[in-house]
Amino acid sequence: METLHLEYPATAPARQRVLVGVVASGDLEILIEPATAGRTQITIHATGSLSPDLWRKQLDRLFAHGAAAAMHMEINAFGATPGVISLRLAQAMEEVGT
Amino acid sequence: MLHQRGRCWFQQLCATHLPVSPDSPSLLVADTSLAGWPARYITVVPDRHNPFPRARSGEVGLREGWALASAVQDAMQADQAQDKKRAIIAIIDTPGQAYGRREEAFGIHQALAAAAGAYARARLAGHPVIGLIVGKAMSGAFLAHGYQANRLLALDDSGVMVHAMGKEAAARITLRTVAELEALAASIPPMAYDIGSYASLGLLWRLLPVRNADQPLPEDVQMVRATLEEALLDIQASMDCSLVQRLQGPHRQASRRVRTLLREQWPD
Amino acid sequence: MSHQQEIAHLLTRQSFIEQGARERARSLLDSGTFRELAGPFNRLYSPWLAAQDIATQADDGVIVAKGRLDGHAGVILAIEGGFQGGSLGEVGGAKLAGALEMAAEDNRRGNPTRAVILFETGGVRLQEANLGLAAIAEIHAAIVDLCRYQPVIGVIAGSVGCFGGMSIAAGLCSYLIMTREARLGLNGPQVIEQEAGIDEYDSHDRPFIWSLSGGAQRHTTGFADALLEDDAEQIRRQVMQFFAQGQPALPRQLRCRWYQQRLASVDTARQTDAHMVRAIFSHQKDQYE
Repeated sequence: METLHLEYPATAPARQRVLVGVVASGDLEILIEPATAGRTQITIHATGSLSPDLWRKQLDRLFAHGAAAAMHMEINAFGATPGVISLRLAQAMEEVGT
Repeated sequence: MLHQRGRCWFQQLCATHLPVSPDSPSLLVADTSLAGWPARYITVVPDRHNPFPRARSGEVGLREGWALASAVQDAMQADQAQDKKRAIIAIIDTPGQAYGRREEAFGIHQALAAAAGAYARARLAGHPVIGLIVGKAMSGAFLAHGYQANRLLALDDSGVMVHAMGKEAAARITLRTVAELEALAASIPPMAYDIGSYASLGLLWRLLPVRNADQPLPEDVQMVRATLEEALLDIQASMDCSLVQRLQGPHRQASRRVRTLLREQWPD
Repeated sequence: MSHQQEIAHLLTRQSFIEQGARERARSLLDSGTFRELAGPFNRLYSPWLAAQDIATQADDGVIVAKGRLDGHAGVILAIEGGFQGGSLGEVGGAKLAGALEMAAEDNRRGNPTRAVILFETGGVRLQEANLGLAAIAEIHAAIVDLCRYQPVIGVIAGSVGCFGGMSIAAGLCSYLIMTREARLGLNGPQVIEQEAGIDEYDSHDRPFIWSLSGGAQRHTTGFADALLEDDAEQIRRQVMQFFAQGQPALPRQLRCRWYQQRLASVDTARQTDAHMVRAIFSHQKDQYE
């Protein structure tokens, strides 16, 4: 199992906790909690063959601009493909309301 | 000989007893006493003539499940008006539940539930329930016969084993080889098959070293009987009919943590 | 129901099966009363899976949700079948047992908390073997304890069904609700085939499997108390109805003599089939004749 830690600049704290997904085969769950303003921290636990670079790419897209809310994000993934990851991230970000 | 330990220990421990006719030849039931207290011993044994062909080697099948439930329920009913609720001692040596079409079709899950429920209700009604593992205590069979005991005892012997599923089947279901499973079991105590690892989980009240588990010497029988008496007194002294004392072991930290959190968060 | 009403119902009906465990629990509780305990943000991960390179889930596959059931204090225990086939490990098992223990304690203090268990499980999580099995024994103990005060209701909706040690838990419940899609059995088809051979049990023959362990058969033969459509509202109503009925007069598990009698009448020389089982257990004339 791979563990990846990522950090990004962020704005005001996220307004709520969010949970999406299930750690079923080919799927993942995402937990989001508000963090102190200015910084987002992400931890990914993943089984499967997806490279850290591909994970970074997905999350850079959402957070690298620094305009997203500040949050702690935890991802537990079970052999998820980029397509599924993308979907779940979109779902999570919609629910958190940024 | 396969799965004759139950019969052997039953006969040794119930030397002077009142035989009770169980509802199936695959059960041995006897009423005797333990430390002066009335006690009913129950074990499941192989029955080569079991009408259910998949339950002839000591498995807990359809007949056995309902017969266990009856044996326990009859004891409860007989003692209902008594102050002295007899002890119920499950001697356990069973390769597991019966696997078969008839078993699934006729609701073996319900037969085993009847047995497990009877033992649990007996315990809650104040009967001291003791499980003595002398051989294999596998899966559904153990859940039905023994796992509801106030106190669990096991012989410290290589033929004694507690587990959820046999190695070959478990390996196939978890998509591993038996060798891989054994390697994992070496470092993950709950997955291991030996009784020493099981003891480390904190579920056993006592592990009993015997000279000969298959053909016990008089000193073995004496020691086991004395420990059963100790267990009985321990249950009676505790005034507790729950399974809470199984939560003490170091490997059950997460089980305790969950309960602590539930209790903290419970009030509305 | 008229044709128009039927169509309207089909369009508005909400599937129970398509919902995850958390949504199912929410759908059963009175609106706005759902409150999860020991949830994912408490991060009670399995202590045993990471070492085996298996991805963990923050709630370990079991949801404990307190709330109101038709105004009464209640707790839903929902197993997430999507995570490790709903199999129970140490933490998930502790959540189930612990919550039932708390409900029983409530009753002893005069608070009539009731429980519903949503079974979507293959039984013991083999990667945690003996701790899963021990937890299931504690679940059995807790169900029997709580049943002294309140009916305990089980729902098996599918698609995983209810197997292993948890099928015994289902057998301990006061009432069992099933759908046609659901199955209830002690041993999974693959294990039976492995142990007893393909002639005894063909794990790839789906109609055969459902004919013996599916909801319709289990209901007809008295092992389940209600057979419902995959309809969240219908299931919710049936749960409330069973609670309103109170303790069953004579639960299955107390009918030893009756079951022993019935089993003694089986011609065990012949292999069995669904029809034979119905003949043995049905009080009514076999509707399939």
